[in-house]
Amino acid sequence: MAYSEKVIDHYDNPRNVGNFGTQKDVKSRTDIGVGLVGAPECGDVMQLQIKVDEENGIIQDARFKCFGCGSAIASSSLATEWLKGRTIDEGLAIRNTEIVEELSLPPVKIHCSVLAEDAIKAAIKDYKEKRASS
Amino acid sequence: MRLPIYMDHAATTPCDPRVVEAMLPYFTEDFGNPGSRNHAFGWKAEEAADNARQQVATLLGADRKEIVFTSGATESNNIAIKGAAYMYANAPAGSTKRGHIISSPIEHKAVLDPVKRLEKEGFDVTLIDPPQDGVITRQMVEDAMRDDTILVSLMWANNEIGTINEIPEIGKLCHERKVLFHTDATQWVGKMPVDVVADAVDLLSLSGHKMYGPKGIGALYVRRRRPRVRLHALTDGGGQERNFRSGTLNVPGIVGLGKACEIAGAEMDADRERLLALRKKLEDRVAKELDVVQINGHLDKRLPHLTNISFGFVEGEGLMMACKDIAMSSGSACTSASLEPSYVLKGLGVGDELAHSSLRLSFGKWTTEEEVDYATSHIIEGVKKLRELSPLYDMHNEGIDITKIEWAAH
Repeated sequence: MAYSEKVIDHYDNPRNVGNFGTQKDVKSRTDIGVGLVGAPECGDVMQLQIKVDEENGIIQDARFKCFGCGSAIASSSLATEWLKGRTIDEGLAIRNTEIVEELSLPPVKIHCSVLAEDAIKAAIKDYKEKRASS
Repeated sequence: MRLPIYMDHAATTPCDPRVVEAMLPYFTEDFGNPGSRNHAFGWKAEEAADNARQQVATLLGADRKEIVFTSGATESNNIAIKGAAYMYANAPAGSTKRGHIISSPIEHKAVLDPVKRLEKEGFDVTLIDPPQDGVITRQMVEDAMRDDTILVSLMWANNEIGTINEIPEIGKLCHERKVLFHTDATQWVGKMPVDVVADAVDLLSLSGHKMYGPKGIGALYVRRRRPRVRLHALTDGGGQERNFRSGTLNVPGIVGLGKACEIAGAEMDADRERLLALRKKLEDRVAKELDVVQINGHLDKRLPHLTNISFGFVEGEGLMMACKDIAMSSGSACTSASLEPSYVLKGLGVGDELAHSSLRLSFGKWTTEEEVDYATSHIIEGVKKLRELSPLYDMHNEGIDITKIEWAAH
């Protein structure tokens, strides 16, 4: 099946690739939340990092890395775009169905959008937990 | 060089223009039914089918009376496996212990599913667990054999990894034990030499479209001497093809298959040498320029025109997207309707993760060195690009063992 133009665009020019440091580096940073979801044996793994302004709870920056198909890469790339500038509560409100719609994902690729939503939730949860324990 | 480049000849091949040319008259002028015994149209069609039958037989080292035309290898496999099982069953339908059948879990579905159906119908089945190199040996078959074994069905060469099972040794073992031996030779015939007598094969399936012939035509070799193989027909009707396969003969397809066999016999030796050199060039360069790559299957005992490579930390479908101009296939789940990774690679114990990361490239007689070089460069670039994106490659470089992480399967 053919990919939508938006999937191809994100795949060819992925936004916000990278991280704010190695796994070890970011562990102690209370302003950074990390989400690592999926599994290698399932064929997709997403890593999402968010950098939050601890004063106002606004996500200043987001970075991703993804092992997966084009739709998985596009879903996580899109997630980083959408997260920037939102508060963490607004981030939590992002639904996978919005990603499906934006990228015109076919039914067989819906799980990629679900994984992106999971990654967002996991990153925000990680941020909140770090703040609570600091 | 024309784009896109086709490197998926194990899926299907283009029809040779010489094949198409040979077929054309049989659609329009010489359209007769070989079953029409009383007029010139029928005679002409019958003559064409007989000629093609001889061409197929010659390529296999068989007698032309031993060739049954079918719609393709799937039908050939069904007729061979179910037809033999029903004919040689030890007990009637509705009972158990009807006989023992040996096959392997990395066969094509067109073998596995008939075998599984027979199991439901009261036959006992042993699927030989393949070793990691994918090659099934005579010894493994011998260990699986029982007194009530009636049929062994093992492919000649595997369609995903190209590994070659131990034939003729397995066929000879079967003959010593008076067990029928069927081989799905879809990936083998037309590329590698066959001599059904010396190779001790009783039943052999082949397909036209894998060897530059048309789709919708195939053949089943059914041995007539030592032993004379009998089969229970699956399709009832006009009794064509010595009752093994009723239905009006697909004369244009049959003529095309015959021509494809004739061409293969003349040209395959030269093609094979050339394609082996191209594959070696590709594999050597990949190994030199990338780390964590693995060639799947036995390094030597495999088809010369095919390679299956796992690129660690990169997902196969994502990689194919990076190589938009190259047609190839992947064992990645994302490329299958079932969302399961290749059962063949899983069957070898390659691990799901490396199955997701695999690409299969299969060359054909018109594949050029320029095309292989282009594909090699783009695959290497694609792997590098996707590793930049891969969290798993980062972890690998940080020394984190990703198999030790507790992943949440989804």
